[in-house]
Amino acid sequence: MDLTRMTAAELGAAIASGETSSVEVTQAHLDRIAAVDDRVHAFLHVDTDGALAAARGVDERRGDGETLGPLAGVPLALKDVIVTRGIPTTVGSRILEGWIPPYDATVTTKLREAGIVVLGKTNMDEFAMGSSTENSAYGPSHNPWDLDRVPGGSSGGSSAAVAAFSAPLGIGTDTGGSIRQPAAVTGIVGHKPTYGGVSRYGLVAFSSSLDQAGPFARTVLDAALLHEAMAGHDPMDSTSIDAPVPPVVAAARQGGTGDLTGLRVGVVRELSGQGYEPGVEAVTREALARLEKLGATVHEVSCPSFGYALPAYYLIAPSECSSNLARFDAVRYGLRVGDDGVRSLEEVMSLTREAGFGPEVKRRIMLGTYALSSGYYDAYYGQAQKVRTLISRDFAAAFETADVLVSPATPTVAFPIGERANDPLAMYAADLCTLPASLAGLPAISVPSGLSEGLPVGLQVMAPALADDRCYRVAAALEADRGHPLTEEAPAL
Amino acid sequence: MSEAAVGITRDEVAHLARLARLAVTDEELDVFAGQLDVILGAVARVQEVAAADIPPTSHAVPLTNVFRPDVNVPCLPRDEVLAAAPAAEDGRFRVPRILDEEA
Repeated sequence: MDLTRMTAAELGAAIASGETSSVEVTQAHLDRIAAVDDRVHAFLHVDTDGALAAARGVDERRGDGETLGPLAGVPLALKDVIVTRGIPTTVGSRILEGWIPPYDATVTTKLREAGIVVLGKTNMDEFAMGSSTENSAYGPSHNPWDLDRVPGGSSGGSSAAVAAFSAPLGIGTDTGGSIRQPAAVTGIVGHKPTYGGVSRYGLVAFSSSLDQAGPFARTVLDAALLHEAMAGHDPMDSTSIDAPVPPVVAAARQGGTGDLTGLRVGVVRELSGQGYEPGVEAVTREALARLEKLGATVHEVSCPSFGYALPAYYLIAPSECSSNLARFDAVRYGLRVGDDGVRSLEEVMSLTREAGFGPEVKRRIMLGTYALSSGYYDAYYGQAQKVRTLISRDFAAAFETADVLVSPATPTVAFPIGERANDPLAMYAADLCTLPASLAGLPAISVPSGLSEGLPVGLQVMAPALADDRCYRVAAALEADRGHPLTEEAPAL
Repeated sequence: MSEAAVGITRDEVAHLARLARLAVTDEELDVFAGQLDVILGAVARVQEVAAADIPPTSHAVPLTNVFRPDVNVPCLPRDEVLAAAPAAEDGRFRVPRILDEEA
């Protein structure tokens, strides 16, 4: 039995029954990382000792007769944007190289409480700005389906780790698509919860009105189990929603029966056509036919403002980032450059930020500074906020006739490393399908829908706020119809 | 489609970099000026749609005055926090010269 090929639900059950131990499961995944990660580069930091200690702790609690949660003892790959006390957190940036956080994010705390074992911290585009991990200061991650291609981004380290069987579970964060897009191009499941569903306390901020952490897994049920473990109201995050966690695990089990009778599926007309690869559109059409076969009714809906999501997002997110990243001032944490006893604080700050931030981060800080500056604010940031209102209205209208909305999760399959690295606008286009749900704060999942020329394609399923369970139900039904996780079809590494 | 360049100048980019406390190089200024011009040209499309009667959305989830109980808890351990700082002295953050005077 290869423990790395099992699902998280199976591993949790096997650990609970004593069939295997968390130490054995954790060691198997550490061995897998040692065997493949020099080629995949999913991890920035592997916490071997900490992971094995956490695993031993779970095994001891089980030995003492304690009843543990469904994921107790199961290992996980954690995106390096979530702070971990005592474990380096770099956010993929030189400016935080070597930083050891003095506190845990709420997500980190919840993982520990659930007995989930953190294997290490995963690679990402610097400050979560990017769609390929090529903006990481520590080099790109590689897509396990084709090592010359990107694993998506910004959470590409976590998606690569899960697709490479280096971890059954991963955590990413999604600001404009950074969970759904990497999930789609690596053939795994990734869900962006309703904004406010998962605490942002200890998530290094990029764009505060959009950032949201969520689960990666190879199966829909595993993603739902992790969602339930990490979600919930947190008084430490004032934007956290004070409402029960949507019944995502029950929905995944229900969807797993493959029955979608009565479900109304709206296909967003504006998320197709120009810019979308024919192979992606063909796989998407086939997925829609399967939804109908499973009992759903499928009709087209129009969301005319979605065409403005990309320009609105690339004003709102840079504006918020230019403000958020002001905290990197060379005083309280991270890098300090040029402090010779003569230079002023302001000079040291400017030299440090120049040395510590990569080109994409600098571009977005300056773009945001421009959009927020006097004289340009109304024309750029103000207009983008109005577009955000229009997009929410489009969603509300569409949900009057549909229970869920669907689209491809990405316009193309994974692109080759280097192809878009010097063309910011081409890179931004990778988020074309995922941005509307981000701007409206809605839940959206990417579930594998098939292969185009041997590379994974994802279907995005969007739902109204706090109806995350609908995403899981539809995703689980599609997965059940396939009969096995798409990663079973991936070439061996 | 107004993907035309907005005409941001190298001097304007230099000004933005100063505002953002980024000591960018001359080479970077050339590259960023070109790229920001193209990006701003693309995102300026937001000006096509939104009319005056549309309210702005700053946050997707409506929230006002979120409070939590004011509970006393220990602050972060000082030594651990200062250990993560670039420079510390006498139990405090040590900062470069702030006032415009001789060091």
